[in-house]
Amino acid sequence: MRYLPHTDEEIGAMLDVVGRKSLDELFCSVPDKCRYEGPMNLPDPLNEWSLTDHISDLAEAMKVNHKYKVLIGAGSYHHNIPVTISALMGRSEFLTAYTPYQPEMAQGTLQGIYEYQTLTARLLGMDVANASIYDGASALAEALLMGLRIGKKKMKVAVSAAIHPHYREVARTYLEPTEYDLIELPMDKNGRTDLSGLAGIDSLAAVAIQSPNFFGVIEELTTLGQTIHDSGALFISCFTEPLAYGLLKNPGECGADIVCGEGQSFGMPRSFGGAALGMFACLDKYTRNMPGRLVGETTDLDGKRGFVLTLSTREQHIRREKATSNICSNQGICTLIAAMYMSSLGGSGLRELARLNYDKAEYFKSQLIKNGARIVFDSPTFNEFVVEFGADFQPIFKKLLEKKIVAGLELGRFYPELSGKYLFCVTETVSKDVMDAVAGEVKP
Amino acid sequence: MIKTPGISGLIFEEPLLWEKGKTGRHGMSIPASDVPTAEFPMELQGAGPDFPDLSEVDIVRHYTRLSQWNFGVDSGMYPLGSCTMKYNPKINEKVAATPELAAAHPMLADEHVQGNLQIMYELQEYLAAITGLPGVSLQPAAGAHGELTGMLVFAAYHRSRDSKRTKILIPDTAHGTNPASAALCGYKPVPIKSGANGILRVESIAEVMDEETAGIMITNPNTLGLFETNIREIAEIVHAKGGLVYGDGANMNAIMGVINAARCGVDVMHLNLHKTFSTPHGGGGPGAGPICVTKELEQYLPVPRAIKDGDMYRLDFNRPDSVGRVHAFHGNFSVLLRAYAYIRTMGADNLKKASQLAVLNAAYIKEKLKGTLQLAYNRPCMHECVFSDALQVEDKITTLDIAKRLIDHGYHPPTIYFPLVVHGAIMIEPTETECKDDIDQFIETVKLVVQEGKENPELLRQAPIMAKRRRLDETKAARNPCLCG
Repeated sequence: MRYLPHTDEEIGAMLDVVGRKSLDELFCSVPDKCRYEGPMNLPDPLNEWSLTDHISDLAEAMKVNHKYKVLIGAGSYHHNIPVTISALMGRSEFLTAYTPYQPEMAQGTLQGIYEYQTLTARLLGMDVANASIYDGASALAEALLMGLRIGKKKMKVAVSAAIHPHYREVARTYLEPTEYDLIELPMDKNGRTDLSGLAGIDSLAAVAIQSPNFFGVIEELTTLGQTIHDSGALFISCFTEPLAYGLLKNPGECGADIVCGEGQSFGMPRSFGGAALGMFACLDKYTRNMPGRLVGETTDLDGKRGFVLTLSTREQHIRREKATSNICSNQGICTLIAAMYMSSLGGSGLRELARLNYDKAEYFKSQLIKNGARIVFDSPTFNEFVVEFGADFQPIFKKLLEKKIVAGLELGRFYPELSGKYLFCVTETVSKDVMDAVAGEVKP
Repeated sequence: MIKTPGISGLIFEEPLLWEKGKTGRHGMSIPASDVPTAEFPMELQGAGPDFPDLSEVDIVRHYTRLSQWNFGVDSGMYPLGSCTMKYNPKINEKVAATPELAAAHPMLADEHVQGNLQIMYELQEYLAAITGLPGVSLQPAAGAHGELTGMLVFAAYHRSRDSKRTKILIPDTAHGTNPASAALCGYKPVPIKSGANGILRVESIAEVMDEETAGIMITNPNTLGLFETNIREIAEIVHAKGGLVYGDGANMNAIMGVINAARCGVDVMHLNLHKTFSTPHGGGGPGAGPICVTKELEQYLPVPRAIKDGDMYRLDFNRPDSVGRVHAFHGNFSVLLRAYAYIRTMGADNLKKASQLAVLNAAYIKEKLKGTLQLAYNRPCMHECVFSDALQVEDKITTLDIAKRLIDHGYHPPTIYFPLVVHGAIMIEPTETECKDDIDQFIETVKLVVQEGKENPELLRQAPIMAKRRRLDETKAARNPCLCG
């Protein structure tokens, strides 16, 4: 076996040193009743070439593959990824290192994360960003828990119903065993969050709004933020598509206290939903309540600039059960990917790409409307929007599938009231021809 | 003169990203627009972030230089205890990048993603076979996330029996994340002292286990690298009081094919795919921390899970007793793919052999270094061995000094000052992928460092001197935090 370097001779010599007669005898401290009986039931080993064949069989079993145009976003977006990213993230000095506990041996990872934190804070208009959380959903759950920590005795948090349904599910899972209540706030007929009931809720620690929301609708964050602050709660701003901030006002400008969301758009493939990147940022005054790792700047013995993990007194290995979170690993390499992507685009490129995404979606909307479809929410959107068709869309969906186009996501299983309506997403990867093809099929 | 791998290298300085570049440069191409420009409402429009504009060459050189300041498993031996820094096979990276699998959107219909669902289903089956625990969820994105999910399962189980439990037992030899994971579920950790030999005493559990205690979180092998020989008896006591046993499987690399977690009495166990199953740590992640549970607890696992329905693989959402979702989609799928490739490459016999060799390497180091460094507990060790700096006190040399000097000699230091039960702990986990020659060289290097400490202690106190940076001021970083440039 090529990963196991020991020869029989070496094993014999090493066993002699440790005073054992066999490899089995190394486990003499294990009681018989704890032992594994017989061999583990696993398939026979495959060599590199048989494994490659097996994986290509599995790849062939993917009916919708990379050649399809998948017009679904909903928290997982298809953007162009420059080849520099796979080349650079694949450098094994980054990839095969552990969490940077020994900073003198990990300045690459540490400077890389510090740069990620900085670019993220600038993107979101926040003072501080952490070294990442697992994904957008757990980032929301952690943000709500953080809001409750800051809110001290307050017992409730609220989330907009227009937040990604899976994120709300994860938040519910995290809060279920606690004594806190999670309230869902309705949305109005324009697909925006309705905060009119907020004043009637007492003991509210934080309110989370997603913008652009699950329906692609851009929320009026500044106004919502004011209402939330008037109610005495913290304003958590959540996102699934950070590219939008190339064009939109950032959450910080709109008054957010904590910002959390998903960074997969920034250089990561959809990869069936993971590995993803939970981006997390806040105002300076809340830093010590923030979960997750943080990298900070310092100097070495010669006074030269360097970077270390810092403020670890918030963390589980020091504060044990009183820690700000149990989170230990972050999404490491994904933070470097996101920083590589953000810096490859640059400020100018991010603006241009965001604009292109916006224009594509607007064009697609106009073509669908021209062919008799209705755009359900009358609000500005980014990348995504909800469509209602005059007749049953399923036959058209199937027809488009034959043309290697997956035409949107049916919403009934997430929002029964939106049953039969479809959430569409287009990015820079979708050409005018593809949009015209879909619009052409819709035509009655 | 002993030859060590560390010599001065070609190391370049490199500024921060925003200290370079010029407005108007591009680091990636953006397709030309094929649609008309649309109006965007001014009141929603922002200025766009203040990012530097860099060229492709700027980016490539920047990250190449940064990578040269890093040390990974591919660079050399990384005996970081509790972290299982084994070799990360290259074929796994190729598998994870397979376009058909990696391009899949997570919300496509089951019939469109049969390949990915088959991988998830089979991986669940493999992990069940390895642990002996039949119910598996692949959603948790890291070890601590697995612990949290396990605690959610505990809470759901007790709730279903109308049993209100507020406490959880956590030995001092358990992993550091355990108390915080339990606290998230409202459990108050009750610390348990390990016995004089580093092993949990049955009586210590019997004294405190009661019907207000949800169960125990036990790391086995524990963080001293020792097998908890009383685990069966402990499990019986916990079960008799209606509690459950959580097995922290972070140290699974010691026991594959040797120990059956289910037979030990474990009810829930997480596995760190980024440790035992060879997926790269990526400088802190992404990892994957699937949990495996008994048949009785399967109903509480997160949704959805991959199932096989005739010839079709499906995602099963219909589990009313489930704790719910813990991840937006299906966990860190790209990490799952790598672990799948590893298990398929190894097979049962090689996985067992990997554990045996991991234990052999640790036992060998323990034997060879036990006169040089103070051994914390003289018992048969599993995959890691724990020393302390007690023998170096007279030279006024600390664990930290030894660790930093190892950097100069070309090694990543072991885990230091953990577990907390050993003062000045030095925790060495070589893993099975280090060959005897390299282990011997490491042993000789540790001896050299200890000798240097006797002859020229200042050399150790000043170390590292050959790294990109000398010792960094962590106190300053924490006192005046500068977290954003």
